[in-house]
Amino acid sequence: MVSDSKVFGFWVYLMTDLIVFAVLFSAFIVLRNNTFGGPSGRELFSMPFVLTETLLLLTSTFTCSLGMLFVHRNQKRSAIFWFLVTFVCGLSFLGMELFEFSELVKGGDSWQRSAFLSSFFTLVGTHGFHISIGLIWMSVAMFRIYLCPLTSDVISKIFRMALFWHFLDIVWVFIFTVVYGMGHIL
Amino acid sequence: MKKNFFTGKLTFESLPDHWYTIGGTVFIILVGLIVAFILTKKKRWKWLWKKWLTSTDPKRIGTMYMIFAGLMFFRGMLDAGMIWLQQSLAADSQGYLSSDHFQQIFTSHGDIMVFFVTMGFFFGLMNWIIPLQIGARDLAFPFLNSLGLWLTVSGGVLLNLFFVIGGQFANTGWLAITPLSELEFNPGVRVDYLIWSLQLSGLGSLLAGINFLVTIIKKRAPGMTLMKMPLFVWTSLCAMVLIISAFPVLTATTLLLWLDRVLEMHFFTAGFGGNQMMYINLIWMWGHPEVYILVLPAFGMFSEIVATFSKNQISGYVSMVWAAIMITVLSYLVWLHHFFTMGAGANVNSFFGIVTMFIAIPSGVQVFNWILTMFKGRVQFQSPMYWFVGFLILFMFGGMAGVFMASPPADFQVHNSLFLVAHFHTMIVGVALFGIFAGTTYWFPKIMGFRLDEKLGKRAFWLWFVGYFVSFIPLYILGFMGATRRLDHYASSTHWQPLFIISTIGFVIIACGCFTQVMQLIISYKKRKEFSDQTGDPWDGRTLEWMTTSPPPFYNFAVIPNVSTREAFWEMKQKKLPPSKSYQEFELPKNTGMGIYISVFAFFAGFALVWHIPWLALLGALGALTCVIIRSFDKHTEYMLTAEEIERVESSRGQG
Repeated sequence: MVSDSKVFGFWVYLMTDLIVFAVLFSAFIVLRNNTFGGPSGRELFSMPFVLTETLLLLTSTFTCSLGMLFVHRNQKRSAIFWFLVTFVCGLSFLGMELFEFSELVKGGDSWQRSAFLSSFFTLVGTHGFHISIGLIWMSVAMFRIYLCPLTSDVISKIFRMALFWHFLDIVWVFIFTVVYGMGHIL
Repeated sequence: MKKNFFTGKLTFESLPDHWYTIGGTVFIILVGLIVAFILTKKKRWKWLWKKWLTSTDPKRIGTMYMIFAGLMFFRGMLDAGMIWLQQSLAADSQGYLSSDHFQQIFTSHGDIMVFFVTMGFFFGLMNWIIPLQIGARDLAFPFLNSLGLWLTVSGGVLLNLFFVIGGQFANTGWLAITPLSELEFNPGVRVDYLIWSLQLSGLGSLLAGINFLVTIIKKRAPGMTLMKMPLFVWTSLCAMVLIISAFPVLTATTLLLWLDRVLEMHFFTAGFGGNQMMYINLIWMWGHPEVYILVLPAFGMFSEIVATFSKNQISGYVSMVWAAIMITVLSYLVWLHHFFTMGAGANVNSFFGIVTMFIAIPSGVQVFNWILTMFKGRVQFQSPMYWFVGFLILFMFGGMAGVFMASPPADFQVHNSLFLVAHFHTMIVGVALFGIFAGTTYWFPKIMGFRLDEKLGKRAFWLWFVGYFVSFIPLYILGFMGATRRLDHYASSTHWQPLFIISTIGFVIIACGCFTQVMQLIISYKKRKEFSDQTGDPWDGRTLEWMTTSPPPFYNFAVIPNVSTREAFWEMKQKKLPPSKSYQEFELPKNTGMGIYISVFAFFAGFALVWHIPWLALLGALGALTCVIIRSFDKHTEYMLTAEEIERVESSRGQG
């Protein structure tokens, strides 16, 4: 009953986070053509690179579910293994994103260049910030699986972490579509 | 401004050097010393920490919210008085304040009154009353409740810290309107103070919002379906839905503004493709729902009060619920009426104008239901009813001014004038503040165990009510005469000065009302034996909060009541059902200092982000994160209260 409320409350929190992203998305859509003489998304983004990022994150969502499955089956070693795989995928994703950012900044296209780039860095960067929080949370969760018996309370805590991770994946699908996809086509 | 790695933008020049910042600093230190002295002398430090600051009991948290809001109210009223004094002096002269100082005052007045006073009082009353009204022992997340309180407090402290460090608050108006709040025009840290105090308190409000929503959905007593909830719970639920959906917008928008300021991004700048009107749109997408966050709980309180004192159930309960829901939905669709002058075109303006007028329909439903409740009942005019009738008059008055302004052509004439200022003060004073006064008077015996002095309460009402008209009617007239808001001086040939002076007299009357309320508190406390409430039900109430003693035991209800009708307690009294004595053990949350630790770290992070001190910001964030992780490993957050203990407590309270 208690963890039931907690999961419900966490869903409500996720919705508030979604609204934060909604604001960033609308800011991006309003500003995406305001390049102020600078480069547009079409000139900057490399689709194969972003597709690799996307596949990494989608894989991590799958492995995260596998980890959760083994948590429910009370198989600690397998659960930790799959969360570790998820963690590595997430970390590689974050690394690729930081690489993309640093390349842009090196090329003189930082967030100060135009309103379009400001909104791009903020939207994608906020997602990356959430991913970092998710990674910290995931390492705590792995410790928790290792240290604590898997009572319903502990499972609920790990479940909420997994929810957060899936949520970030869904947000990324929209970023992929709106930021990179629309930038490529339109 | 040069930045140092260790101190950021902080220099010795940031120390107070004006009369008001030195005065403010000395005042803060003096009050702190006096409080510390009293606590040490009475050996109350441990009591304060154990019983109050670390408490997870919603009743104690509610009281702390209200004390905090009361302190901030004093601060906000001082600002108001300074604004009025300046405007009544400044014909053909600069008055006694510089333009910049005057701008800081109206900015902090707005932020304090909205974020800390009104929301603080509402969260305080909700913490007290909602668990009692839904027959629960606690909120869904007691620790989150404590954290929400302390984040709000740390936001309030950060806001007032500018007196001591920095010496200047934002001069941008309470919403930090761009491009004035951008780095180009506001290079110092004053706008950052505004941004980070709102971020902290906004996060606190958001946590409280989630908490109350889950509590109302999940923790109602058995038998209490949604359509059997008291109306205060309903309107609070609506306000919480608004908080949950609107406050993230505030967080995101002020974050974008801060990014513009610190990383030199271009969301709202004049150059580089930024869009200033996007800020105005975003901030009002939060701002308009916020207006209803401030008034909806008051509607609910008045519904409770009018039913109790009319000795009649509320007329048209179902229509009242749907009216509240209608208001909730419509409040998302009207944000553009705050800036019809943007130039969005006739079609857009018509849409927003018409939707704004629609809000009059559910509001009217509520007004007629309140009047019908009185009409069909036997009204007892005790002081909460005075506030209620005053509210009805002001609400209709201000509401009509609002419908008038909902028409874009009319709005173009009075946009940004004192007419607007008078309108929204009618709503916030007449609805939110009168609601707070009515609700506090009504529930005071439940909270403290004794009633407030009726005579002084009525006197305070008349001072507020008359003072309100004397101070705000001139502002309506001034608005029509062309006086814009936020004027620090004007030409005497406008003939505005007499009206400004009358308005200031009105403020003096209101201030006398506040003074009477303080006296009312002191005198009632002195006569607490005479006014004490032994029954737990001093007004012959109808809802569950009157079922327990005044004040309630720390677990609210020894046995959770079963609910079968809308007015559960009224039914129990009619059928003379005695409360059940079959006690069963239950769990209660332990006290924890974690909420305070996290908020202190968050406060330092906020302070560091204001002054651009990266290492301190990182330290604050890491500290808060570490506390959260430590807390998540704590398995012993609750304790069990056995049936024998409950019986012992109940019999020691004369309830056994």
